Amino acid sequence: MNRMMAIIEREMRKFFRSPVLMLMSMMLPLVQLVILGNAFGGKIVNARVGLVDYDHGPEAVKVEEDFAAVGATIRTFKTISYDNERQARVDVQSGKLDAAVIIPAQYSRRVEAGDAPDIGLVVDNSDQFLSSSLEAELQSIVDALNAPLIPAPVNNKIALDIVELYPYISYMKFLLPGLVCLAMYVSVMIGGGMLYIDDKARGVHEGYLVTPITGLELVLGMNIAGALKAILSGISLAVIGTLMAGMGSIFHPVQDLEMLAVIVVTSIAFNGMMFLMMVRVDDPLVPRAMFGVLNTLLFFPSGAIYPIAAFPPWLHVIAVADPFTYAVHGLQQVLIKGAGFVSIYQDLLFLAAFGVGSLMIATPLFKRTL
Amino acid sequence: MSSPAINGFAPDSGAAPRPIAMAVENIVKRYGDFEAVKSVNFSVAEGEIFGLLGPNGAGKSTLIRMMTTLIPVTAGRAMVAGRDVSKDPDGVRRLIGVIPQALTSDPDLTVEENLSIYAKLYSVPRAQREKNITEVLAAVDLLKWRGAQTKTLSGGMRRRLEIARGLVHDPRIFFLDEPTTGLDPVSRIAVWEMLNNLKNTRNLTMLLTTHYMEEADKLCDRIAIVDHGNLVALGTPTELKNSVAGANVVEVKFDRESPEWAGRIEKLTGVTSVQAESAGFYRVITTSGSKTTMELVEMTAQLGETLSSLSVQNTTLDDVFIHYTGRQLRDEQVKPELASWAMLRREGGH
Repeated sequence: MNRMMAIIEREMRKFFRSPVLMLMSMMLPLVQLVILGNAFGGKIVNARVGLVDYDHGPEAVKVEEDFAAVGATIRTFKTISYDNERQARVDVQSGKLDAAVIIPAQYSRRVEAGDAPDIGLVVDNSDQFLSSSLEAELQSIVDALNAPLIPAPVNNKIALDIVELYPYISYMKFLLPGLVCLAMYVSVMIGGGMLYIDDKARGVHEGYLVTPITGLELVLGMNIAGALKAILSGISLAVIGTLMAGMGSIFHPVQDLEMLAVIVVTSIAFNGMMFLMMVRVDDPLVPRAMFGVLNTLLFFPSGAIYPIAAFPPWLHVIAVADPFTYAVHGLQQVLIKGAGFVSIYQDLLFLAAFGVGSLMIATPLFKRTL
Repeated sequence: MSSPAINGFAPDSGAAPRPIAMAVENIVKRYGDFEAVKSVNFSVAEGEIFGLLGPNGAGKSTLIRMMTTLIPVTAGRAMVAGRDVSKDPDGVRRLIGVIPQALTSDPDLTVEENLSIYAKLYSVPRAQREKNITEVLAAVDLLKWRGAQTKTLSGGMRRRLEIARGLVHDPRIFFLDEPTTGLDPVSRIAVWEMLNNLKNTRNLTMLLTTHYMEEADKLCDRIAIVDHGNLVALGTPTELKNSVAGANVVEVKFDRESPEWAGRIEKLTGVTSVQAESAGFYRVITTSGSKTTMELVEMTAQLGETLSSLSVQNTTLDDVFIHYTGRQLRDEQVKPELASWAMLRREGGH
């Protein structure tokens, strides 16, 4: 026990003497939180929409007024008047405009005659996100134009009554659970995998192996130290991230306990997985080469960025076996939804079993000799 | 031209018989078809400093690694402090201190923290730990650097820290793998003095590997020369020097190279071997330096040739080493997994 504690003491002293490791393990998730959270979470503003009016009648003026209202209020787009459709199309293609709206000749007359005229929309759909936003906004204007001036006395239409369970969740908030997991992964990769192999290559392990320490004490010492480092990284990023994203989760002691439980078992699972992969590796380049591949293979299919429901079947299989999936789900439940233990106990069980199972396989593979 | 003892137990140079601290009997290490150590035998008496000499890839590190339980023994037996390394490795580990070739103390930790962690790894009781650390730091003259971060120490001081680390649990037997490699001459001499003091004050038995003949000569009571996995010579430094047939080494350089020089020199009085070093330059081992030198000068004059240089010296361990291991470079492959362990280390493996 004393000998195992000596290994943990050594690792933790080194860890606190080199804060660079902790900073580096948090840097990637923090940068992603700031950049991705803001880049994907915002609304479209000031898109440029060309307006070609071949009609100039009263109904066309109504359309122009609605467009001007959007430009003055929610500012999704601003309109620029064009004389002809051809030039507007050219400008959409060249990127000067994001879309162009064409009001055809005789539009007002056909509206008044109930002849269902079309308004043309030319949109640059090479950017799906921007084009979808513009289409939705313009469709809502058209829907408003179609609405009768005097509503029917009896509302007999079927309507969808939407109830949102949680307040508006920005993309930064959605991203946070995945990035807390990413911080733990980076910590385990740098503070566990890379340091383990570097220590081996430097001969530090040779120093351990000539002492009476047992193989199990060595394995447990190194893994507990690795898990502790990951826990510290996870907690640090969770606290900083929730404050940055404006979430109040960390001020609720019960949620703090639940978050700690998820972070602890995630650290054990990640560390066990890393040790299993590195237990027979000697070449210091291997963990460095694996870093990016593992990151892509484990982080992206976890539901941290895209919903798992949208995955093809083969990617779904990876997601099911991926410990990241359960860690991300557990933290989403706690940080975003404020759910209780009932919602996370299956994640906790999977992660604990995964970590212990990995260690049980890795321990006999660990060589007590060179 | 016979070695004092080959593959056997060496005489103790007339000293009173002492208990055996460690011994290897027909020890073998194989990696697949490659035999790194081939049935080697030797023993080391208590309180002795025993040196393992040999060129790169000779098998000395493999030998020391088997004796320190780092790699399993393929065949034969190694007894250290009365325990069989294969049957009771933990028992052996408790009684030995090992200084690896690389500097492996943590640069981010202080001198004391490094020692404390190893004291804990050896289960030194808390009450004893502080006393041991103070004693070993005093022994290696690092007491005033106790609280310093290891990365602030010089190479020589770090090597002394490694030595202190190996002693912190008060071992009976001390293994040192090239303890002075990479040190400047002053630091090297300081380490020699320290090891001699430790041997006397702590009654330590030491086994060390080295590339430095001077180190082996000054430090070791007995030396084993290992080559191609075999023990090719064993004895005290004096015995080994005497074992080379020829008391003197004559180095001669002729102004003009001739293919006949080697044959002519071999016929001179006392000459036992002639080695061509470079064009016109020969290294001659002889039983009579003065006679050989005189005859060399006369022969050169009679042939109407001239000498660029001529020197006579006593046989050194360098000569012994070259005599037993030859002069060819050793570019043999080592086992891949052993090579990878040597990666990133400050000094090259062997």
